[in-house]
Amino acid sequence: MEVSKVKLADRRTANWWIDKAVAVLVFVGGFSAVVLILGIFLFITREGVGFLVGDEFDLVEFFGSPKWRPTSDNNPTYGALALIVGTASVTGLAMLVAVPFSLGAAIYISEFATGRTKELLKVLVELLAAIPSVVWGFIGLSIMNPLIIELFDVPIGLNVLNSGVILGLMAAPIMTTLAEDALKAVPDSYREAAEAMGATRWQVSFRVALPAARHGLVAAILLGVGRGFGETMAVLMASGHSINLPSSPFDSVRALTATIAAELGETAVGSDHYQALFTLGILLFVVTFAINLAADVFVRRSDRA
Amino acid sequence: MTMKRSSHLFHLHLGLVFAILLGSGCARSDRDAGGKDGAAVASKSSRVVLQNKGSDTLVNVAQAWADAYRDVKPGVAVAVTGGGSGTGISALLNGTVDIANSSRAMKEREMEMARSKGIEPIEHVAGFDALAVYLHPGNPLAEMSIEQLKAIYGEGGSLERWSQLGVEVPGCSSDEIVRISRQNNSGTYAYFKKTVLGKQGEYKLGSRDMHGSKDVVELVAATPCAIGYSGLAYANDHIKMPCIKNGTEAACVAPSVETAIDRSYPIARPLFLYTSGQPTGALKEYLDWILSDVGQCLILKKGYAPVKPAADCA
Repeated sequence: MEVSKVKLADRRTANWWIDKAVAVLVFVGGFSAVVLILGIFLFITREGVGFLVGDEFDLVEFFGSPKWRPTSDNNPTYGALALIVGTASVTGLAMLVAVPFSLGAAIYISEFATGRTKELLKVLVELLAAIPSVVWGFIGLSIMNPLIIELFDVPIGLNVLNSGVILGLMAAPIMTTLAEDALKAVPDSYREAAEAMGATRWQVSFRVALPAARHGLVAAILLGVGRGFGETMAVLMASGHSINLPSSPFDSVRALTATIAAELGETAVGSDHYQALFTLGILLFVVTFAINLAADVFVRRSDRA
Repeated sequence: MTMKRSSHLFHLHLGLVFAILLGSGCARSDRDAGGKDGAAVASKSSRVVLQNKGSDTLVNVAQAWADAYRDVKPGVAVAVTGGGSGTGISALLNGTVDIANSSRAMKEREMEMARSKGIEPIEHVAGFDALAVYLHPGNPLAEMSIEQLKAIYGEGGSLERWSQLGVEVPGCSSDEIVRISRQNNSGTYAYFKKTVLGKQGEYKLGSRDMHGSKDVVELVAATPCAIGYSGLAYANDHIKMPCIKNGTEAACVAPSVETAIDRSYPIARPLFLYTSGQPTGALKEYLDWILSDVGQCLILKKGYAPVKPAADCA
C-alpha cells in the first residue's frame, strides 16, 4: 500500500504534466485538420445550398451556358461554363509549362547534382515557392502583358498564355520538391545494382529511378494541378477577367476562383448572387478534393511498391 | 517522407482555396453583430467614427471630404473605403456603414431588400459626374455616338472592328475593338448599361472586366486597340476622350465639369450618398457640410460637378 502511493506521487512530477499537456496538444492539433475541413465543407454547403435547390438554379444552364450575368435587372443568368473552361484552360497550359520544368529540375537535383550545387538548388527552389501570388500577378500584368503584345502582335496580353505561364512558374517549385522527394525515396540499392551492370548515369535515371518513382511523380503533378485550380490572385490579374470561351491561347478568360474573389465582397449576404458564388465554391472544393484524393492514392501506391 | 509532405500540402491546399470564402463570409457576419443599425460608434473618449464605403468613382472625393472634415470637427473621424457602389449598398443593407457612396441609384430589388431588413435608405445627391469614354491616345476617332457605343458594348451589337467605324488605329494591327468594362457590381457598370445599352440591354460577353476605374484607364493607356469608360476624374494625359453625341444629328459634346453641370453631356450622372433613415447628430452635420460651399468646392476640385453651379471656389 505505502509503496504504491509513493510511486504514484512520484510519477506526477512537472515532467509528467508537461508530457500529458503535449500529448493533448498534439492530439488536438492532429484532429483540428479534420474538424476544420468538415467545418469548411458544412459552411460553404450551407451558404450555397439555397441556390442549388432554389428556382434560379438550372443544372443545364449552370454547366452548359457561358452567360454569367448574376446582376442583370431583367433576367439574371448563372451559366458557369465559361468560368469552368477558363480555369481548365489556364490550368492545362500551366501544366504544359510546369511538368517539363519541374520533372527536369527534380531529375537533375536528385540524380545528377552533387554536394553544394544540390543543396543550393534545393534551397532556391523552395525559395521560389515562397513568392506571394500577388507578386506573380504583378509580373503578369506589368511585364508579361507588354511582352506578349510585342512578341505575338495581339491586341491584349492578358490572356490564357499569360496566366498559364505565370501559373506554371508558380506551380513548378512545389512540383519539383515533391518529385524530388519521390525520386529520393527510390532505394539506392536499385541504382547501385544498375550501375554494377554497367548502366550509365543517364540509363540509371531514365530506366531505373524514373519508373520506380512514377506513382510519386504522378502525385506531384496532380498536386500541381490542384494548386493551379485553386490559385486566385495571379490568375485574376493576368487572365484578363473576361467571360469568354477561349479558342486560342491569346483569348482572355475568367477563372472560377477569380470570379468569387472579385464578386463575393460586393454581394448582399443571402442573395441569389451570393449563393451562386458559394455554389462555385462547392464546385471548386469538390474538384480540388478529388484531385488531392487521387494524388494521395498514388502516393500510397508508391509507398507499397 | 514523400507521404508526410504531400498530406501536409493537401491540407494547406484546401485551406488556401477556401480562405477567401471563409474570410469574406466570417468577417462580414462579425461586423453584422457589431453595428446592426449602422449607428455611429462612439468610443470612450466620445470620438465619433463614421463608416463610409462604396463607389470607386467617389472614393477620392470621399477621402478628400474626410481629410478636410478632420480640421472642421476634430472629434469626428470618417473612415473611407472604396470597392464599388454595390459594395457600399450591400454594406448599408448589412448594417455595417453609416454612409454608402454610389454612382448609381439604388435598384428596386435593393430597396425591397432594405425594407425587409427594416432599413429605409435616404438618398442624397452630392454632385454630378460626366462618364467619359476613353481611347488610346493614338486612336484617331474624335467623336462617337451613343448608338455606336451601344453597338460596341451591347449584346447583338454589330461593331467588332475599328475599320467599321472608318478609322485605322496605329499599333492595332488586329483591328479588333478590345472592350474594357467593369466588374458587374460597379455603379459605373450599371449606369453605363442603363443609359447606353437601354433598359433591356445586356453587355456583350467577352469584355475585360476591371476591378476599378483606375485599372480601366491604365489598361486603355497601355492597349492601342482598347476602348473603356470611367468617371471623368480619372482622366490623365495618357488617354484620349472623344466627344459624345446623342443621335447622329445632335451636337457632339466633350466631357467636362461644365457640360456635366449644364447636363448637355449625354452620359452625365448624379452621384449619391445613401444613409439608413434620416441622418441625425454627427452624421447630419457631416452631410450638411458636404453640401455646403466648402464641401462642394472640394468635389469640383476633384473633377466632378457640384450640385449647385453657383458655388464660388477661390
